[in-house]
Amino acid sequence: MNKKLYSPLIFELSHKGRNADALPHYEYSKDPIENLQQNLLRQADLTLPEVDEPTVVRHYTNSSNNNFGVDTGFYPLGSCTMKYNPKVNEAMVSHAKIANLHPAQPINTMQGALRLYHSLEKYLAEIGGMAEFTLNPFAGAHGEYTGLMVIRAYHQSRGDSARTRVIVPDSAHGTNPASAAMAGYEIVEVKSLSDGTINVDDLRSKLDNSIAAVMMTNPNTVGMFEKAIPTIADLVHSAGALLYYDGANLNPLLGVARPGDMGFDVMHINLHKTFSTPHGGGGPGAGPVGVRKGLEEFLPNPRVVENNDGSFDIHYSEGAFGRVSAWLGNFSVYIKALAYILTLGGEGLAKVGPLATLNANYIMHSLKDLYELPISGPCKHEFVFDGLRDKSTGVTTLHVAKALLDYGFHAPTIYFPLLFHESLMIEPTETETPETLDAFIEVMREIALKASAEPDKIKSAPYSTPISHPDEDEAALNPIVTYRQLCNNTI
Amino acid sequence: MSNPHRYLPHTEEDIKLMLDKCGAKTLDDLYADVPASLRLSKPYALPKAMSEPELYRFFGDIASDNREMAIFAGAGFYHHYTPAAIPAILSRSEFLTAYTPYQPEISQGTLQYIFEYQSMMCELTGMDVSNASMYDGATATAEAMIMAVNAARRKNRILMSATVAPEIQQVAATYAAGAGIKLDIIPENNGTTSKQAFEEMMSNGDVAGVIVSSPNYYGIIEDYSGYADVCHNNKALFIMNCHAATLATLKSPDEWGADIACGEAQSLGMPLNYGGPYLGYLCCKQQLMRKLPGRIVGATVDAEGRRSFVLTLQAREQHIRRQKATSNICSNQGMMTLHAAMYLSLMGTEGMKKVNRLSFEAAHALAAQLTATGKCNLKYADKPFLNEFVVEFIASTNTDNVLKALANENILGGVKLSDSTMLIAATEMCSPDDIARYVSIVKSL
Repeated sequence: MNKKLYSPLIFELSHKGRNADALPHYEYSKDPIENLQQNLLRQADLTLPEVDEPTVVRHYTNSSNNNFGVDTGFYPLGSCTMKYNPKVNEAMVSHAKIANLHPAQPINTMQGALRLYHSLEKYLAEIGGMAEFTLNPFAGAHGEYTGLMVIRAYHQSRGDSARTRVIVPDSAHGTNPASAAMAGYEIVEVKSLSDGTINVDDLRSKLDNSIAAVMMTNPNTVGMFEKAIPTIADLVHSAGALLYYDGANLNPLLGVARPGDMGFDVMHINLHKTFSTPHGGGGPGAGPVGVRKGLEEFLPNPRVVENNDGSFDIHYSEGAFGRVSAWLGNFSVYIKALAYILTLGGEGLAKVGPLATLNANYIMHSLKDLYELPISGPCKHEFVFDGLRDKSTGVTTLHVAKALLDYGFHAPTIYFPLLFHESLMIEPTETETPETLDAFIEVMREIALKASAEPDKIKSAPYSTPISHPDEDEAALNPIVTYRQLCNNTI
Repeated sequence: MSNPHRYLPHTEEDIKLMLDKCGAKTLDDLYADVPASLRLSKPYALPKAMSEPELYRFFGDIASDNREMAIFAGAGFYHHYTPAAIPAILSRSEFLTAYTPYQPEISQGTLQYIFEYQSMMCELTGMDVSNASMYDGATATAEAMIMAVNAARRKNRILMSATVAPEIQQVAATYAAGAGIKLDIIPENNGTTSKQAFEEMMSNGDVAGVIVSSPNYYGIIEDYSGYADVCHNNKALFIMNCHAATLATLKSPDEWGADIACGEAQSLGMPLNYGGPYLGYLCCKQQLMRKLPGRIVGATVDAEGRRSFVLTLQAREQHIRRQKATSNICSNQGMMTLHAAMYLSLMGTEGMKKVNRLSFEAAHALAAQLTATGKCNLKYADKPFLNEFVVEFIASTNTDNVLKALANENILGGVKLSDSTMLIAATEMCSPDDIARYVSIVKSL
């Protein structure tokens, strides 16, 4: 592979006069586009790459080699559930033939697509213990926003306008408070106990008739099950608030427990986490939202509904809080999630949670002598180390994360949750073999030992990656965010 | 004993050895902290596991209940050709199975294509900064609205033209309700934004931003001369929602004087996929950069001075700023930015102009031939359009009958606006033969 030849930016591979469009040469009419009024037409220069197709393909193929995916190797990124993305799921997207279906097509030409949406919705309701789901939200955070707007509509429908605040634990994902703020709520933070679970007394003291909802993740972001959840649900409901479930950590509960049975009223699921759809370097994901019985009418439009004769229709509900997507969301993602559910079946899915939890506990027990484990007891799908036990070497969590890259492993999530200074959050998922876990453990131990013996060597890692440590401060200080800006700089 | 499923590698022996290491006897022991009352009391009511051949049959049945048609519907989503090289590269699992590029040392592939995408969107819109995508055109527009209010500080009123697509208006209205923004609609006049109403609504000086679209919902290319000046004189931002593909030919948001450009980029050859995934884009002028929501990729150097790319200006984002972030967005449309970057690379400026010209010619040929049947007129005959227009049927012909007759011949004729009006789009995917079939069916009614 000649890295130098194709790895510059695609703009730098441009050669005047080249073009790779594959457009037809139809003759429609003699009505030329130039007849449009001049003042409506673009006069400004437009600099797009001028390249041939092989160059484009080589450029992006080479560029993909500078990436690390789940298919490349172990990806123990906490809170992200980087499980194997089954290949057959991708195959089903083309097999289901939805590529050329327009949202405006008549309902009778779309029955397959609507059945697919409806089936997935029903299966998620069974898994979540909820009455009904909308699949429309595009991502987890979008699901949180949607769920909070459902809660807002519920309170409004009761004429209860005093509820202007939402309670979020200090260990919550950053999206929780951000979503609540977008839904117009003030944030009230509750503290965690030293075992990482919610401080129920603190929660009790903050619950009153100004609280619209309490958002929780269970297991929480340190991988601990919130065992006081029945008490918490009672407290929240007695105060007239609703309980929201952040489904980012649903994976360990597959086959074990359902948020609906725990007393949660509204929840979202990240299909790109628990249901194996690829993360795609940041998206597209999907964040379906489920509600308990009694809240269905508030779900956003449009809705897919089943008619009495078994056919499907699109419905607009008057009680809906509004609309969060132009149409029904990231549709092709649903095909992948449904294929995953059908491939595992109910029995297979029920094994996912316990095996994910087993893998996490296995790593935790194999490393806790060298890494600081601030919270003991069985974790669920993930756990958090507070850096190395030996803090005297100056080797930090960041250094450990970077050193791992040299060994062909993706780094864990670092510096989250904010409860610890050196958070190193590991989530292995159920699709990893014990051999992979052993190899990871061995490397983590080696890094810990080297941190004592040759700390400077670890601190300068990585050595074998396509680039070494980039200067992020410089990037933020003098932002260069386009090729045009790059041309005016010396990088 | 074998593993329970091909995705689940653990044999009984593996499980036993691993439990030993954890000091547990059974998998259940690892859930000792989950109260018994909360445990799943019965197996999931879900189907039994399917083999791959069964899965093919299942999704084959789904496919047979959908019907592919010749598409003359647009209304914001356009059937353009997807070059074969794009799905081939998008299926590379180094891209597809990666997470958000938080570890730049092993994510240069993702970071580089996002940087290229940002550069190309800034070329198209004339803006200085682009983020790494929003969910779709509607949410991108809603976020642009929030940006304008954040930038204005003490003002919370936004104006949106009635000629913006209804779905976008509805999503924006939803976001406005959540964020406490007062969203007012500028009325339309014969298919275009009423400039007189706009100027009157601006006169209070309480507007933070104004949102218009190009082409508008009816396909009309509106003349926005003077809009930016009125906005800026009143310290409001001018926000343009544009169909990305049209920007190679039509006046860019920068040329109209816009501060923010946003909208749907599905028209860059993305499959219709019954509604998604598509691609919301959001770009702005330099001075608004720190108000921009979502991820941004910047260029820098590594320890050896090599050019490299990183996520930057993260202090705007939810994982750092929590409730004070510019938005709650985390996952975005990732792979679709790679799609857009590849599409714009393959097409180049000439290819983009060509696809605009083909769509223009197809739509104008169809419009001329349809009106020649005597069954309809152009509703906005004096207004310029690119590839989408509204027809008004004459006498007894009505929209439902036309759509039905066309659907019987596997043609998706357009989007119904009323019993007598219909919105029709054409692209290079509509062959002259498709157009002839369309016209002859309408003629025969």
